[in-house]
Order: sequence, then structure tokens, then C-alpha cells
Amino acid sequence: MSYILRTPKRKTNMIDVQNITFRYSSKSEPVFHNFCLQLEQNKVYGLLGENGTGKSTLLYLLMGLLRPEEGIITVDNADVSQRKRATLQQMYIVPEEFDLPQMRFTDYVATYRPFYPAFSDDILHRCMDEFHLPLDARLNQLSMGDKKKALMSFALATNVRYLLMDEPTNGLDLPSKKQFRKVIATTMTEERTLIIATHQLHDVEALLDHVLILQGSKLLLNASVADLCEQYTFDVRSNDALTDDVLYSERTPQGNATLSFRQPDDEETPLNLELLFNAAHKISLTANSPD
Amino acid sequence: MIYQNERAIYVKIADRVCDDILSGKYQEDERVPSVRELAAEYEVNTNTVLRTFDILQRDDIIYQRRGIGVFVSPGARHKIRIARKQEFRKHELPEFLRRLRLLDMTIDDVVKAWKNNKREQ
Repeated sequence: MSYILRTPKRKTNMIDVQNITFRYSSKSEPVFHNFCLQLEQNKVYGLLGENGTGKSTLLYLLMGLLRPEEGIITVDNADVSQRKRATLQQMYIVPEEFDLPQMRFTDYVATYRPFYPAFSDDILHRCMDEFHLPLDARLNQLSMGDKKKALMSFALATNVRYLLMDEPTNGLDLPSKKQFRKVIATTMTEERTLIIATHQLHDVEALLDHVLILQGSKLLLNASVADLCEQYTFDVRSNDALTDDVLYSERTPQGNATLSFRQPDDEETPLNLELLFNAAHKISLTANSPD
Repeated sequence: MIYQNERAIYVKIADRVCDDILSGKYQEDERVPSVRELAAEYEVNTNTVLRTFDILQRDDIIYQRRGIGVFVSPGARHKIRIARKQEFRKHELPEFLRRLRLLDMTIDDVVKAWKNNKREQ
């Protein structure tokens, strides 16, 4: 285990989405039109957006499971739509819904691990242990939530550089959500990028490095959590404290949940992802783009 | 009036680490949990804990021994106590005094409560 404190690292764009256009059929409106996005290494991205804004579609495009009609997506400089072995060895997606074959988990692992050269038994055991699942569980006898936990354990154990998860906390009960956060917090390594598409904002809030909000085939927001917390203050105020610096507020039983410009001398406040999400749909937030 | 103005998560975790140093859970020159262990405990991103370690290291509360771990600096407890006293004088004490006046209480009431409290302990 390493204890390396922050060291400046050379930054490279590892996933590069360049001007893609995608539609499901030639008659339908494009889900993405001339869409661009860069994703860096060693970050946890939250991919947010209302229903039907293309979160899952984007994940499938990044994986090379769907192909854009225009533009290109490269992963470590390789075109994903070519589905090269070297690329696919470094990518894994946990879809929102899936079926698992009728076998024991141990057999499942033995069958699929050869595709992933960096596979780690240590991570697999730690995850299954944290989720309180036996390694020899029969996959067809597991509940939906337990199936998800088993597949997430496998996904994390593949040790791929790019891990994509679509609504990972759907179907998980409260203790499992807690276990999920612990598992993610302990298995994120310097070499890994995690992209979590979700509506369950509170489940992932404290895990994110970076927030992406999709709307109408565009990015409504593309900002790091550090930049957002540096620029904005999230607090709860009485009516008379809704001063000019307030950008957006919502009434709650505790008072007005408020997003405002942070004054340089004020201490930083923790990100309120739900408030940010709602605010971004009402007003234009111009947080710094990733550096 | 601002009802709730929470502190940033990395600052809160720094406070918890300082609590544990004050209480003697981590002694001076002893190892504190790793980035990963703290990230798991508080269910946060490891970069958040790195920021916690950044500020604690800046304030000389912890020091790093490359490849071995992060340790409590000598004199850390003293330093934390001084910083917390300053914090108390600056924020909590004025608020406490303000409320005393608001409730028409006197310093004698406080002295009485202080003595009772001491006897109970």
C-alpha cells in the first residue's frame, strides 16, 4: 500500500470524444450532435442528466458497443470502434440491467478473468468480503442487488484502466450502498478512471472528482468538484439572507438551500450535488473547465 | 441568517484526525491510517483524503515517511490544542456570551454551572 502524497503528474487526455454524432435510427433525432468530451486518468466522474439525455448511450459509445456515425472516440489513442484487444483489455462496463449465466461465481470468474491481464484476486476477495457474499455463490440464486454486487466485485477486480458503471446503486439496499462507497474508495488506484452514470446523487456525492451533466446532447456542466467548491458556496439560509450573491435557492424545511458565489475569504463548503444539478438546469453555471 | 454552513469534507476529516490525536488514539511519532483506510472509513474519494493530508502536513500535524506511511508530528497535540483554543475564543465564546446576554443570564450563572459540573466530574 502506498502513502504517496499529492505529486504533480503529467496530464494526458486518456479518453477523447471528438465531434461525434450518434442516432439510433436514420429517422430519429440525434442523441449526440457534434459532441466532444475529454476524460482524464485517475478520476471519478459522475455522469448526470435527466432521463433520456443519453447517459447510457454515451457509456456504450465509450465502450465501442455503439458506433458514432460521425466523429471518433479514442481510448489511449486507439479508436474504440475498432474494438482492439489491447483496448478492450483495459475497459469494463457494469450495465444497469444484466443477466448472469447459471453457474457459481467462482466458475464465472475462472471463465472471464483471462480477458483481463491485470486481474486481481486480492481485490476480488476484498470486495466480496465487504459485500458479505460467498465466493462460490450460485449466480442464478442471487437477488438482483446481490447479482449487482457480485458483478461489481468482478468489475473492480479486472483492474482495468476504464471502469464504467450505469446506475450502480439501483437495487442496492442502504447497507449495500454504504459497502459500495467503501469498496470504491478503497479500490480506486492512480491508474484508474471510473465513470458513474446515475440519478442517485446522494449515493455518489462524496466519491466524485468531477461532475458532468448532460442535457439535449450537450454538456450542461463539465467541472471538477475542487473548482466547484472553490467557486461556489452551498449553505442553508433564512429568507432575509437571500442576498445578491445568491445564484439559486430552493425552499426546504431547514431553510433555503442556497448556491451562491463563494467570497475569497470564506471557507469552502461541501458540494451539494442535488442543488448543483437543479441549479445547472435553471441558470448557466460557468465553473472552470478542467485544466 | 445562515443556518447551516458546513465545512468542506476534507476539512472535517482533518478535524476528526486531530480529534484522534488529541484523545491519544494516535500518539506522536505513531502511524495514522493510510489514505485508503481513511477514504474507506469516511466513504470518500481518495483525493479528498489527500487534501486532508496536505493541510495537516502544511500545519505540521503529520509528516510523511516515504514508502512507510504518515506519522503524527512531535508536538502535534500541543499545536492542535492552541489552534482550537484560538478557534473557541474567536467563534464559540462570542456566540456563547451573546446568548447569555440575550437570555438575561449573568456570569454568576455560568460560574455556578461550572462548579456543579466540576463536582459531577
